[in-house]
Amino acid sequence: MIEFWVIFTGLLVGITCGIAGVFLILRKMSMIADAISHTVLFGIVMAFIVTQTLNGFWMLIGAAIAGILTAYLVQLLHSSGIQEDAAIGVVFTSLFAAGVLLITLFASNVHLDVEHVLMGEIAFVPWDKWTLLSITMPKAVWMLLLVLLINIGFLVLFFKEMKLATFDAVYAASIGVPIIFLHYGFMTSISFTTVAAFDSVGAILVVAMLIGPAATANLISKSIKQMFLYSMLFGGAAAIIGYYLAKFWDTSIAGMMATAVGILFVVTLLAQKIVDRKRKSLVGKLEGL
Amino acid sequence: MLSGNLLWVLLGTMLLGIAAGITGTFSFLQKQSLVGDAAAHAALPGIAIAFLLTGQKDLPILILGAAITSALSVYCIQWIVSFSKMKADAAIGLVLTVFFGVGVVFLTIVNHSPLGNQSGLNDFIFGKAATMTKVDLTWLFISATIIILVSLLFYKEWKLLIFDPVYAKGIGLPVEALKAVLTILIVLTIVTGIQSVGVILMSALLIIPAVSARLWTTKLSSMIVLSATIGGISGLVGTFISSLRTGLSTGPIIVLVAASIFFISYLISPAGQINKFLRKKQFRKQGEVG
Repeated sequence: MIEFWVIFTGLLVGITCGIAGVFLILRKMSMIADAISHTVLFGIVMAFIVTQTLNGFWMLIGAAIAGILTAYLVQLLHSSGIQEDAAIGVVFTSLFAAGVLLITLFASNVHLDVEHVLMGEIAFVPWDKWTLLSITMPKAVWMLLLVLLINIGFLVLFFKEMKLATFDAVYAASIGVPIIFLHYGFMTSISFTTVAAFDSVGAILVVAMLIGPAATANLISKSIKQMFLYSMLFGGAAAIIGYYLAKFWDTSIAGMMATAVGILFVVTLLAQKIVDRKRKSLVGKLEGL
Repeated sequence: MLSGNLLWVLLGTMLLGIAAGITGTFSFLQKQSLVGDAAAHAALPGIAIAFLLTGQKDLPILILGAAITSALSVYCIQWIVSFSKMKADAAIGLVLTVFFGVGVVFLTIVNHSPLGNQSGLNDFIFGKAATMTKVDLTWLFISATIIILVSLLFYKEWKLLIFDPVYAKGIGLPVEALKAVLTILIVLTIVTGIQSVGVILMSALLIIPAVSARLWTTKLSSMIVLSATIGGISGLVGTFISSLRTGLSTGPIIVLVAASIFFISYLISPAGQINKFLRKKQFRKQGEVG
């Protein structure tokens, strides 16, 4: 049963991140997600300092605020003439440093150690349980299910608008699509995803799950819907492959999942190149006939 | 209060800040700030693998390992961007997290293995300048000096490379080799700094001083001097503050000092917000008069 919960949690992380990652890749916001994954630490610590509890709900709120703050500050610096990559670099390293410092100053005696937040420990997930509606499941599973629902809800409600805002922002704005609302709404869902996953795969490695599967799917997809499907498949597969590799070598599960993401990407990229080359040589042959 | 060792640590982190300020300026101007971030994260697997292979916490070997995987990560990013349709930001993010993930894997293997006391390896994530030994410091001094000297040596060539790469190629400069030297120097800066500020925050020392300096000047030479000064002050003041209380990691404080300098620059520098606001106001006034 313990193993089931660990694998199930991993699978949920893979699927949730797989969904969230698609527009991240298409909107070229991967590095803002990376920045947010660092700054949620600041949000979680602030939530702890204000409420003095490690309640998941307040953590979500804190992370959402930190995520929006990150996106807002990057936008602010960028619009006042600072290169975007440098703006991202300044904002997230500063907030991250503040988060690390606040933990050592105010929260070093609680279960909130920095390494846990950054690298996660999925093996501990099954022991921290919540009972809701007389169903008892690990806390991480509840949080992930909630965030998965939020992510799916966001997509169902705004799929058309997101698509338009992603591929033709000017046109979208001109016909009245609320681009700014979509931007910050999306960044909030990325922050939620990061917090829900940090218990299991850690804040930094969640970015591997956010970017990797969607990028891999992008290599072989011909439509956005296909990309969503492949992205979830790659995310889920990376989680399961990562879990068993980690079990085999008795090492970090989160780290192995990120490694599996990398392996899946490289294999897909190479396979795609080989198929491409074969197709080209076949076409060449046919033309020669 | 200023014990002998602390004095050397202060000097060391100051020198590190200067070196990072200089190389960071070049990487900032090449729009490669986040590549440095990826390279810094990618140092982790190198450190862990080097330790697993040799079984010793021998600094030169660990640093060699870090340098190899850092350089490899930069190469991977370039390879992915040129070989697939993936955009640079996604490639950087993917390489960064996958390398860091591999690093965590090997770090866990190290922690499970019976290789004596390895707790020191975890310090590479956040850095512990205060506990650096004489040997560590000697390495820091040598490598920071090399970085500063080589940067000055290649100043002219890099200037041309950044602002007019076509012309640079035209007059027969080995552009690719010059780029490679710059990458090597950035990697060297990162691996020099990870002991004192850690892999995650090292990128801040490359980015923040350069961005702050850019707000004050448009001239490359003064930008480098300013960036080096800001980096040096951050290292010096940050380490000093963290030495006042035990248990405070040095890395975050150095970064926060740098961030404060950035914030001040963002407000009061010639390209800063207050000046912009005043100019706008004056402009409007002129409009009303005319």
